[in-house]
Amino acid sequence: MAAREEMLAALRHNAPREVPLPDSSRLGVQFPDPVRQYVESLRSVGGACLLAADRAAAQRAVADLPVYRGARRIVSLVPWVGQGNVDLAALADPHDLEGVDVAVLPGELAVAENGAVWVDGRSLPHRAVFVIAEHLVLVAEARQVVNDMHEAYARLAAREVGYGLFISGPSKTADIEQALVIGAQGARSCTVLLVG
Amino acid sequence: MSGISHPEAAARFVADDARAHWHDQALWWVRKKRDVASSAVPDWEALRDAAAGIKAHTLSRIGDYLEEFERNATARGAKVWFARDAAEHNAVVHGILSERGVTKLVKSKSMLTEECHLNPYLEARGIEVTDTDLGERIVQLRHEPPSHIVLPAIHLKKEEIGELFHQQLGTEKGASDPKYLTEAARQHLRRRFLEAGAGLTGVNFAVAETGGVVVCTNEGNADMGTTLPPVHIACMGVEKLIPRLQDLAVFLRLLARSATGQPVTTYTTHFHGPRREGELHIVVVDNGRSAQLKDKVFRRSLACIRCGACMNTCPVFRRSGGYSYGFIVPGPIGSILAPGRDASAYSTLPFASSLCGSCSDVCPVRIDLHHELLAWRQEIVKRGLLPRSKRVAMKLAGWVLRFAWLYRLAGWLARRVIPALPRGLVYARWNTWGQQRELPPMPRETFRELYRRLRGRP
Repeated sequence: MAAREEMLAALRHNAPREVPLPDSSRLGVQFPDPVRQYVESLRSVGGACLLAADRAAAQRAVADLPVYRGARRIVSLVPWVGQGNVDLAALADPHDLEGVDVAVLPGELAVAENGAVWVDGRSLPHRAVFVIAEHLVLVAEARQVVNDMHEAYARLAAREVGYGLFISGPSKTADIEQALVIGAQGARSCTVLLVG
Repeated sequence: MSGISHPEAAARFVADDARAHWHDQALWWVRKKRDVASSAVPDWEALRDAAAGIKAHTLSRIGDYLEEFERNATARGAKVWFARDAAEHNAVVHGILSERGVTKLVKSKSMLTEECHLNPYLEARGIEVTDTDLGERIVQLRHEPPSHIVLPAIHLKKEEIGELFHQQLGTEKGASDPKYLTEAARQHLRRRFLEAGAGLTGVNFAVAETGGVVVCTNEGNADMGTTLPPVHIACMGVEKLIPRLQDLAVFLRLLARSATGQPVTTYTTHFHGPRREGELHIVVVDNGRSAQLKDKVFRRSLACIRCGACMNTCPVFRRSGGYSYGFIVPGPIGSILAPGRDASAYSTLPFASSLCGSCSDVCPVRIDLHHELLAWRQEIVKRGLLPRSKRVAMKLAGWVLRFAWLYRLAGWLARRVIPALPRGLVYARWNTWGQQRELPPMPRETFRELYRRLRGRP
C-alpha cells in the first residue's frame, strides 16, 4: 500500500519536535444542583424534561404525553415505560421503521451543562430508531446526571465504548435565514424522563 | 486552479448595499450567540488552552496516532483507506460504491469532499449524490458551493429559497415560511434517505485510542444517512485525529458554542466499527496536509476544528460574503489555507483582513489567525505575487519612511499640492484607496509644527 507508507513517512518527516500533552484534569464545571441545571439546559435546546419519583410515576408521565397518546406505532426499549407495539428484534430491515411515531429509549447518562443524553448503541437492535421516529422519549435515572462532558466521558471510558451518541434535544436547523425550525430530519420532539 | 481577486469579487457583493448589510447583521447575530454561550462557561479560556495543546501534541506525533487509529479502527471491523490527494480520495470512494453497485449516495456535510470535488466526480460516473444538510441541499439545488462552512446558505433570503423549492420540490408559489420550507425538505430528503445505497459523512474527530470517528450534526442527517443504508463511508483529513476519548470532552464543549452558540450539537454520534451486516469505510486524506505540517508558522492552522467562528466575527467576511474568497473554506482560516494550496491563485486573500485580530480572539483552538495572515502577506511579497500597484506604493512608502527629511518634504508638498489639484486627478484610478473613501481634509499644520509651537524646540 504505497499511499499509506508514503503518507505516514511524510507526516513523520514533517512533524515538529514532540510537544507534550497538556494536563486537562482540572477542567470542568460544577453545578450546585445538576438536575435543575439539566432541566434548564434541555429546555434551552428545545427539549422538555420530566421528573418522575419512581417507575410508576414515569409510566404515568409517558402515558400522559400528547405525542404518546396520539401515537399509533410505538417502539419501547424500556420495559417498564410505555407499551411498544413494534418489535425491533423481529424487524429485519431498518427501513421498516419509517412511520414509527414514538420511540422510548434508555439513556445512560444525562449531562447538566448541555442537555445531552448518552444513548448506547448496544441497547438498539436497529440504530435508525433514534433518528427515524417522529418523537423521542429518553429515560434515564436522575442519579446518572453528570455535571459536564468530562464527567460523562470518564464514566463512558470505564468500559469499552462502541457505537453510541449524545442526543441534546430535538432535531433542528436554522439554515433558512437563521430561523430556528424544530424537526429537521430527525425527531420532532425530545422528552427526557429523569427517574428517581 | 482558477485565481480570484478578492477586491473585485467583494466589490460585486457590496454593490447590493442592503443585502451586504443584511448579511453582515445575520452573521453578527451568530457571533453574539457565541459570546453568550462562551461567557457562560467558567473555564472557557482554560478549555481553549487545552484544545490548542492537545492539537499541537497530536500534530507533533501525528504518524503514531494515525497508526494507532488505523489499528484500533480495523480491530473494530472498519476498513481504513489512505489517500494522498483528492484524486486518490475520489477513486477510493467511487471504488467502494461501484463494487457494491451503489447508484444513490446520501451525504452529510463534509468540507473535505468539497475540497476534493467529489460530487461532480461521482455524478460523472452515474452516481446520484444528495447533500442532506438542509443548507447544503439548498446550494446543491442551485448548483452553487456553500458560502460558509457551518451555514452553507447564509447568503440566501428565504424568498429565494421559496422560489427554488417551488421550482424543484413543488412547494407553493410565493411560500417562504422557513418552517414550511424545512418541512418540504424533510419529506423530500426522507425519500432520498430511504432509497440510498450508501451514506457518506465527514468526520469531526477521530479518536486514536478507540479507533472511533465522531460526527456532529443538528439535523440528524448524518444519522439518517448512516443507519438506513448498509454502507457508511467516513472521509477525514488526517488532522481530525485526537489522542484519547477524554479529549472529546474538551473539543465538544468548544465546538458548538463557538459555531452557533449552542451548548452542544443535537446529535454527537460515535462510530466504532460497522453496524450488524453493514460496512464502515474510513478514508484518511493527506491532500497537502503533510506539506503544511512542515511549515512552522502555517502548521498551526491544521488545528482548525471548522467551527466558523472566525468567519462570523470577521468584518471583512461579513461584508464581502463567502464567495468573494473563491475557496471552499472562506474567511480568515480560508485565507490561510487557500494560499497554502496555490499562493498565486489566492494571493489576494491574506489581504482580505483588517488584521484586527477578532478571529484570533474567538478561535476555540487559539490559532493565531491574524499573525498567520500577516505572515502570508510577507510570503506573497517574497514570492513576487503582489500586484504592481501595491508593489510600487509599498516601495515608495518604504523610501519616504526611511528618511525623515523626505517624510517632512512629502507631507509639506501633499498639504499644499493635493487641495489645489482637480478632484478627477486625486481620485483617479491609481488611487485605489480613494475609490470608496474620501481623503481627510489637509490639516493646516503638522503634529511636528504643533508640538514646536506649543513646547518650543525639542
